[in-house]
Amino acid sequence: MVSTFEPKSNYKVIGTRPIRHDGLDKVTGRAIYGADIKLPGMLWAVVVRSPHAHARIKSIDTSAAEAMDGVYAVMTGADLPAQEDRVVDLGEGSANFRWASDNIMASDKALYRGHAVAAVAASDRYIAEMAAGLVKVEYEVLPNATNVVDALAPNAPIILEDLVGDDLGEEVKNTNMASHFRHEFGNVDGSFAKADHVIEREYTMQMVHQGYIEPHNATAIWDQENRVRIWTSTQGAFPVRTQTAGILKLSESRVKVTPLEIGGGFGGKIPIYLEPVCAILSRKSGGRPVKGVMERRSVFEGSGPAPGGVLTVKLGATRDGKLVAAATDIKLEAGAYPGAAVGAAAMCVFSCYDIANTRIDGWDIVVNKPKSSAYRAPGAPQATYAMESAVDELCEAAGFDKMKFRVDNAAHEGTRRGDGVIFQKVGMREVLAATKASPHWRSEIGAPSRPGNKRGRGIASGYWFNIGLKSSVNLALNSDGTVELVEGSTDIGGSRASIAMQAAEVLGITAEEVRPSVVDTESVGYTDVTGGSRTTYATGYAAWKAANSMVDELKRRAALLWEIGEDNIQFEDGVFSSKTDSELKISFKDLAGKLNDTGGPVNTTGAVDLEAAGGAYGTHICDLEIDPETGKTDVVRYTVVQDVGKAIHPSYVEGQMQGGAAQGVGWALNEEYFMNLDGTMMNSTYLDYRMPTSLDLPEIETVIVEVPNPLHPFGVRGVGEVPICPPIAAVANAIHDAVGVRLRDTPMNPGKIMSALEKKG
Amino acid sequence: MHPFAYIAPKTVEEAVAVLNKHGDRARPIAGGTDLLVQARGGRFDLDAVVDIKKIPELESIKNGASGLEFGAAVPCYQLYENKKLAAEYPGIMDAASLIGGIQIQSRAGLGGNLCNATPSGDGIGPLIVHYGTAVIAGPGGRRELAVEKFCTGPGRNALKKGELLVSLKFPKPSATFGAAYERFIPRNEMDIAVAGVAVSVELSADKKTIKKARVALASVAPTPVLAEAAGAALIGKSADDEAAINAAGAAAAKAAKPITDMRGTIEQRKHLVEVLTKRMIRKAVERARS
Amino acid sequence: MELPQRVHVRTTINGQAQEFLVPPYMSLLDTIREIAGLTGTKEGCLDGNCGACTVSIDGRIVDSCLVLGAEVDGKSITTVEGLATAKGLHPLQQAFLEEAALQCGICTPGFLVAAKGLLDNEPDPSEERIRHWLAGNLCRCTGYDKIVRAVQKAATASH
Repeated sequence: MVSTFEPKSNYKVIGTRPIRHDGLDKVTGRAIYGADIKLPGMLWAVVVRSPHAHARIKSIDTSAAEAMDGVYAVMTGADLPAQEDRVVDLGEGSANFRWASDNIMASDKALYRGHAVAAVAASDRYIAEMAAGLVKVEYEVLPNATNVVDALAPNAPIILEDLVGDDLGEEVKNTNMASHFRHEFGNVDGSFAKADHVIEREYTMQMVHQGYIEPHNATAIWDQENRVRIWTSTQGAFPVRTQTAGILKLSESRVKVTPLEIGGGFGGKIPIYLEPVCAILSRKSGGRPVKGVMERRSVFEGSGPAPGGVLTVKLGATRDGKLVAAATDIKLEAGAYPGAAVGAAAMCVFSCYDIANTRIDGWDIVVNKPKSSAYRAPGAPQATYAMESAVDELCEAAGFDKMKFRVDNAAHEGTRRGDGVIFQKVGMREVLAATKASPHWRSEIGAPSRPGNKRGRGIASGYWFNIGLKSSVNLALNSDGTVELVEGSTDIGGSRASIAMQAAEVLGITAEEVRPSVVDTESVGYTDVTGGSRTTYATGYAAWKAANSMVDELKRRAALLWEIGEDNIQFEDGVFSSKTDSELKISFKDLAGKLNDTGGPVNTTGAVDLEAAGGAYGTHICDLEIDPETGKTDVVRYTVVQDVGKAIHPSYVEGQMQGGAAQGVGWALNEEYFMNLDGTMMNSTYLDYRMPTSLDLPEIETVIVEVPNPLHPFGVRGVGEVPICPPIAAVANAIHDAVGVRLRDTPMNPGKIMSALEKKG
Repeated sequence: MHPFAYIAPKTVEEAVAVLNKHGDRARPIAGGTDLLVQARGGRFDLDAVVDIKKIPELESIKNGASGLEFGAAVPCYQLYENKKLAAEYPGIMDAASLIGGIQIQSRAGLGGNLCNATPSGDGIGPLIVHYGTAVIAGPGGRRELAVEKFCTGPGRNALKKGELLVSLKFPKPSATFGAAYERFIPRNEMDIAVAGVAVSVELSADKKTIKKARVALASVAPTPVLAEAAGAALIGKSADDEAAINAAGAAAAKAAKPITDMRGTIEQRKHLVEVLTKRMIRKAVERARS
Repeated sequence: MELPQRVHVRTTINGQAQEFLVPPYMSLLDTIREIAGLTGTKEGCLDGNCGACTVSIDGRIVDSCLVLGAEVDGKSITTVEGLATAKGLHPLQQAFLEEAALQCGICTPGFLVAAKGLLDNEPDPSEERIRHWLAGNLCRCTGYDKIVRAVQKAATASH
C-alpha cells in the first residue's frame, strides 16, 4: 500500500543550508575519486578502439604488444564469456547482456568509432599506451549509418544482423528499427479536423554528451578465489555489480563494488565500460590490480551520450485557445544497440498540458554511434524542445498570448499523461503563477549592449516524472548522541547532506550530528542508481524510516530506564518524555549515553521500494541578445522556476536548477556530435565540443516553488532532471522573439542563425 | 605517444645543434600547449623535445625607440601585462590576451603560435599587420623573414632542418598608428576562430586620411593571409569613408578561401571576414586617433 | 621500445622541497599525482581545455597536463593541497563550502587554485573579471553561479 503524507512547515533542519558533510574533503583535495586510487602492484589498462564507424574485424594481432617490456596482459573480445539474450533493469534504462557485453568489447564487428576492440595492461600508463599502439587490427570497413534518416533508408547498412524489430507488435527482420510503439487516447484525428488552428512542425536534434569533467575509470582485482573487487566512479555500485557479474558470468555475490567519489554523471555513469576489461586483465596478469582511465576523446566516442533524432509535433486548438489535440512522432537514435530513451520521451512530451486527445508514436533506431545512455531526464529535453517550440509556433500562428495559453491549458491533478497515467497533485499551475510573479517576467527586457544587436525573450515549460525504486539506509547511534548513517546512494551533488538532514529532522538533532557515508556493496543493502531524481526522494525516505525505527527503539530504552510502558513515552523536539509524568524527560543525546544500561547498541535500518514518485514541472525564462551580423548569441538573463515539492537543502536544489539550465543552454546553442561521412565525430575535444564556460552564462536566477509531494514524508519531489527540459525550447523561442526566425534544428549556433536570417531576407 | 627525451640547452647554438642532429624527430618546446597535445595525439613521433626557455635571448623583451623585439619563448601574459607595450602594439595585445584561457596564456606565446602555423592561429594576423619580422637561427647562421612569409601550409612553416625561431621584431609604430584583432567564436572564450581579422592603419598627421593599411585574415585559408587588396582599398582614403571601408571588407572576403568544416561553412566564413574587417578598420582608426 | 633516460628534478611543492626522477615525456599532472602522490589535482581532458589540473608554478596558474614534469626543475608549485594551512582553510575554500559552490567536486581543486591566482593579484575583482579569469575552468554541474558568488565572498572576506 502506498502511504501518503500531509505537508508540515515547522521543520528544524529541513530547509536550512548546512555545510555538506563531504565538502571539506572536496575543497582540500583529500576526497578520493575513482582515478585517485592506488593499490600495491597496480597496473594501468589502455583500451584499443576502432577508428571506423562500422567495420568487420578480420584479425587482431597482439603479439608485438605482448612482447613489450612492462606489459602484463592483453585482451580482446574473445576473452569475454559468450552471452545469450538476458535483459536486466538498471533503474534508468535496461541492458541486454549479449549487447552489453559486445559494447564492452567488440566481437565480430566494430559498430561505432571508438568501440573497444582490445586492451593492454602494463606497469604504467605510458607503457600501456605505447603497447596499445602495437596492437594490429585488420578491418573490413562497411558502409555506415549515423542518423535516424540514414538508418531507416531502404538501402541502409544493417548494423545488428540479428536484430528483430517490434513495429507495433509485428516482428521485423533485416532492420535498424528496434521498436515502434504508440500511445493513443481520445479521438485524435477527429479533433484535429474540428480544430480552428492546426500546426505541424518537424524538429531535428544532434547527439550530445553529458560532459561530466571526470572521465570514466575503474580499478579491478580478479583474484585466485574467483572474487572480483571493483573500485569505480559510478552512479550506482549495485548496478555496476549486476552488470559486471552478468558480463563476466559470475554470481553477483562474487563481485564487490566500492564506489569512490564521482566527478559528475548526469546518467552517463550508470552503464559500465572499463570494469570487466580491468577485471579480465587482472585475472590474466595473476590477480594484480588493474586501473583504467578513459581519455577525453574516448569519453566522447566510446561512452553513452544522449540521442539525437527527428521529432514532429502536430497541435490543434480552438479559436479561444483550448488545446484539443496533439500528435507526435519521436524517432531517437539508440546508438549501436537498442535502448534510446524514447519511452521516457513519450511520458513527458505532452505532460505540461491537459489535452483530451493525444497520439504518441515512438521509434528506437540503431545507428553507428556509441550506445546512447541516460542524460538528465533522458528523452525529455528532446521531446520538450519539439513540444514547447510547437506551442509557441501555434500561438504565433493563431495570435494567442504565449503565457496565457500555457496557463489556460496547464496540466493539473486528474490530467491524463500521454501514456495514460492520471496525475495526482502536480504543480504546473503553481509554477506558471510563480513565473508570472517573478522579478524577471515582470521586468523589461532591456536595451542591447551594442547598437544593432537584438534582444528577445522566450519561455518554455518542462516535466519529468521522477522515479522511486529501491534504497537502503543503516543508522548506528553513538554514545555521544551522534548518528552514523550508511547508504548505498553515490553522492554526485550533495545527497549525503540531503539524506542526513532527513534523518536529523526525525531524530531532533542537527545535520552535523548525522555523519553520512556511502559504502560498498557488502556494507549496505541493495540500492538503485543515483538517477531519475530519486536519491533525495527514495534514499531520504529510507533514512526517514530508519530514523523512525531508531526513535521507536529509543522509546523502548526510555521505558526500560523509567520502568514505565512504552506507549507512555513521547518524543518531541529531541526529547523523550513520559506522557503522564512531567518529571520524566531525557534528551536524545543523554539517552544515547545510557545505551549500555538499556540493552546495548542501537542500530536500525530503513529500506524502501517505491513504485511511484512525484512528477515535477519547471518553467524557464530566457532573455538573449543576438548580433544579427554574425549570429553571435549571448544569454543575458535567465530564470528557472520549479516545483521541487520540498527543498531539503535549498542551496543544492538551486544548484540543480542552475546546473540543469546551464546544460540545456549549452545543448541549445553549441553542443553536438558533428559527424563526418565516415562516421567520425569531428569535435571530440572540449575545445570543439563547446560546453558553456563561466563567460557564456549570466547569473541564473531561481524561484523555488513548493507543492508538497503527498507520497513523501517531507513532500520531496525529484529536482535534478526537470531543469534540463525547458532550456532548449526557451532559447529557440527567445531567438524567434529577437530576430524573427524559427530554428527547428539543434544546436542553434551562429551559422544556423545566419542562414535562417539570410533566408528570411 | 612516442617516448621522447628532454633537452634544455642554454644557448641558441646548442639548441640549433640538437635540432639539426634530430631533424624532424625533435621539436622546440616553449609553452607546450600545442606541442604536447599534438605529440600525444600521434601527429608526429619525437625522439626529443628541446626546452628553449633556458636560453635568455628567447625569454627577453626589448622595447626601445627603434621598435619591439621579443623572444620566441615569451608567454602571452608577459606581453599584455606590460602596460607600455600593450598601448604601443595594440593588435599584438589583442591576440596575446585572447589565446586560450589564463592558464594557457601563462605558457603559450606568439612565437609558438607562429611556428605552429595553424590556419586559425590568432597571433599571426596581428604580427603581420604590425609589420613583424621573424629572426631565425640555423646551422648556417641567422636570417630574417617577414612574418607573412613564415607559414607555408597548415602546420607547416619556413623553418629548415636545424632552424629555430629566435625572436619576433617590429618597427616602432608612429603616433597615428592603430591596430586591432578580433576573431569570431561561438562561445566567449576558449574557442578556435571561425574567422579572424587583424587590421592596422597609419593615419595622416591630422588623423583624417589613411596613409598605410594592412589587413590579415585567420581561419579562412591554408595559412593566415595578408589581404593586400583590402589594405590597398583604404590607402589615401578618408578614415571615415564608409564606401572605402565597405570596399576593404569586400576585398577581404574575396581574399578568403575558406573550407566548410565543423567550425563553420565557406559562406559563413566569408561573410564573417567582411563583417570583422569593417569592424576592425573602425576600431584601428579609433585607436589611432586616441 | 627503448625508453629515454629519466630526468632529475628538484622542485618545491606546497612549500616542501622535493626531488624526483621523472620520465621526460611525463606530464607535470602525472608527476604530481603519480610520483608526488598528490591526487587532489584532477585530470579532465589532457589538452588544456577544462582546467581541472590547474596548479600554479611560481605564482602563475597553468594546466599541469600541458607541462612536462621535467620542466619544473627549480620551480615552486602550489596545488590544492597547499591552500589550507595549520591556521585553517583558505578563505576561498571556506566560501566554496558556505556558498555550495561545488556539486560533484571534480573541478573544485582547479577552480580553487585558479581563483587564488586571481585574488592574490587582484583582491577586488568584478563579476565580469572573475568570469573571464575562470573561463579556462569548466564546471558541468553548477552553471558557475555559485562559484562566482563564492569567489566574490572570499574576496570580501580577505579584505
